[in-house]
Amino acid sequence: MNNRTYNAITAPYGLWMAVFIVAPLAIVAYYALTDAAGHFSLENITQLSLYTDTIFRSVWFGLVATILCLVTAYPLAYIFSKTKASTQTVLVMLIMIPMWMNFILRTYAIMVLFEDTGIINHFLQSIGLSPLHLINTSGAVIFGMVYNYVPFMVLPLYTTMTKLDYKYIEAGRDLGANGFQIFKDVMIPLTKPGIISGVTMVFVPSVSTFYISQKLGGGRYTLIGDVIEMQFQTAYNYHLGASISLLLMVFILVCLAVMNRFGDAEEGMVV
Amino acid sequence: MKENVIITLKDICVAFDGETILNNLNLDIKDGEFVTILGPSGCGKTTTLRIIAGFQEPDSGEVIFDNQVMNGVPAHKRRVNTIFQRYALFPHLNVYENIAFGLRLKKMKEDAIQAKVKEMLALVDLRGFERRSIDSLSGGQQQRVAIARALAVDPEVLLLDEPLGALDLKLRKDMQVELKNIQQRLGITFIYVTHDQEEALSMSDKVIVMDGGEIQHIGTPEDIYNEPANAFVADFIGESNILDGIMLSDCRVRFSGHDFDCVDKGFALNEPVDVVVRPEDVDICAPEDGMLTGVITSVTFKGLHYEIIVDINDFKWMIQTTDYSAEGETIGILIKPDEIHIMKKSKYSGEFGDYSSFSDEMDYISNAELDITDLDDITEVDEDE
Repeated sequence: MNNRTYNAITAPYGLWMAVFIVAPLAIVAYYALTDAAGHFSLENITQLSLYTDTIFRSVWFGLVATILCLVTAYPLAYIFSKTKASTQTVLVMLIMIPMWMNFILRTYAIMVLFEDTGIINHFLQSIGLSPLHLINTSGAVIFGMVYNYVPFMVLPLYTTMTKLDYKYIEAGRDLGANGFQIFKDVMIPLTKPGIISGVTMVFVPSVSTFYISQKLGGGRYTLIGDVIEMQFQTAYNYHLGASISLLLMVFILVCLAVMNRFGDAEEGMVV
Repeated sequence: MKENVIITLKDICVAFDGETILNNLNLDIKDGEFVTILGPSGCGKTTTLRIIAGFQEPDSGEVIFDNQVMNGVPAHKRRVNTIFQRYALFPHLNVYENIAFGLRLKKMKEDAIQAKVKEMLALVDLRGFERRSIDSLSGGQQQRVAIARALAVDPEVLLLDEPLGALDLKLRKDMQVELKNIQQRLGITFIYVTHDQEEALSMSDKVIVMDGGEIQHIGTPEDIYNEPANAFVADFIGESNILDGIMLSDCRVRFSGHDFDCVDKGFALNEPVDVVVRPEDVDICAPEDGMLTGVITSVTFKGLHYEIIVDINDFKWMIQTTDYSAEGETIGILIKPDEIHIMKKSKYSGEFGDYSSFSDEMDYISNAELDITDLDDITEVDEDE
């Protein structure tokens, strides 16, 4: 391929990135660092301290949801990878199908299930048990996150596990490792790329999620995503909204950087 | 070599999806022996090794180590270690950590581990490679790390599953010598699986020839070469001309229309037998002096000798000779009595030993195909577990 064709092919992508990625980022940064009159100002940044609780809660919820996703998805992905090839296709489809349904619809469905007079409580009462208060709890919010994001954990884990050569597990056994040691010293390190990409793909949207907390938390567990939405939708304070977005972005970047470091560090474990 | 039996396989049967892999296998392995299980792909040799290692349970039969039945004992509790076909070195660990893996599981102290790893690296001639990553090693170096890793945990028996298959010829020869040296120095039992007959002959104390899930012949390399048990063994180990013959009496056999003196006894009168004559044991002479005469149909120069195909009474013989003869020439052949080996008829009779369709290329093609089936075998086993 000569240079001319190469340029012709890459040009549209370059344009796309400039218009839809670089420019919006620049606009966010601009809003975050200016006041209503358009003058440079750090006011929006200092105002962030008002939201310390919300930020902390978002990170905490995101962390819990990510861990729950990992714990649920890891064995599931392993089971998937051990079944016949034809079964695997079906199982992966079953994981993906809910993702094709609208996110808002799925969250509404959980509401209907969890409500005090919802399906779960209806069922509990019909078999003579006392109803549970499920909706508007932090548990419900985290459940909503796990439910929505678990496929993003399953798929990368499943992909690395199908590529895992069973010989390594046999080699570990051969050298005297029991089931737990195989899991800890062979499985986990060899599936680490899947773990890292799964954690990234769940943690990032969990931390910045909105709507789930509004519908399942009854407004009691405002998350950082909700605050951002509020600034744009109801408070019309684009500057503050942009500065929170910027903070979130920086925070996520830092998290990813740390995680990637963690991923590399183990590679050449020290003697 | 000590005389006590360390591993016994008793009446082992294995089948996958109704297909018999091992059929009533019985085997004793002595302490300190270098035993090679030799056979074509799909003969059940890898399965035999996996049963000893504990990666697979036989459908029936007993696996006995030192008079103790080991059926049901998982691999990590058996005092045997395996060197895998493609080494299976852990890619996330460096050379040091790979070798230390088994030692850490034994909860050894760090300084003891360090000493052991160092000793092992010296044994396989890889001093100073501790911090290298597995990816940065050549095939031969990875092979050495795999040997070091398996030997570090002091196994009583080392199982080697075609360990040299991925190396080029020159390196393979070097490693053969080295493996044999290591085995002799450490005095532990090696059970070595290969489809390479030359490898088996040059390294082993004892060779077990397998085909179709059954043992065809157990013996020293000299035994299986000089006195093959049946047509399969004769053909698989080296080159053989295998002819139909009739025993006229003790030490007298008729084949190819001529009566020969031989040294084999104990057959029934006029019993049909298979007669094996190795290509290098045939002497060429003038047609009028020959016991048999034939026309040369092809001549191939092989370096050490010429390989000629001779049509004698419609049977194509392979003869290896250092004297050049031209294609189309008529020659006579002489065979000494002790160079004729008589075998009982078996299910393999008539299948092997005629060079009428002989070609190096065909040999090569059919081998490669069989390798694929071998890989399939392994995946099947994986699903099983």
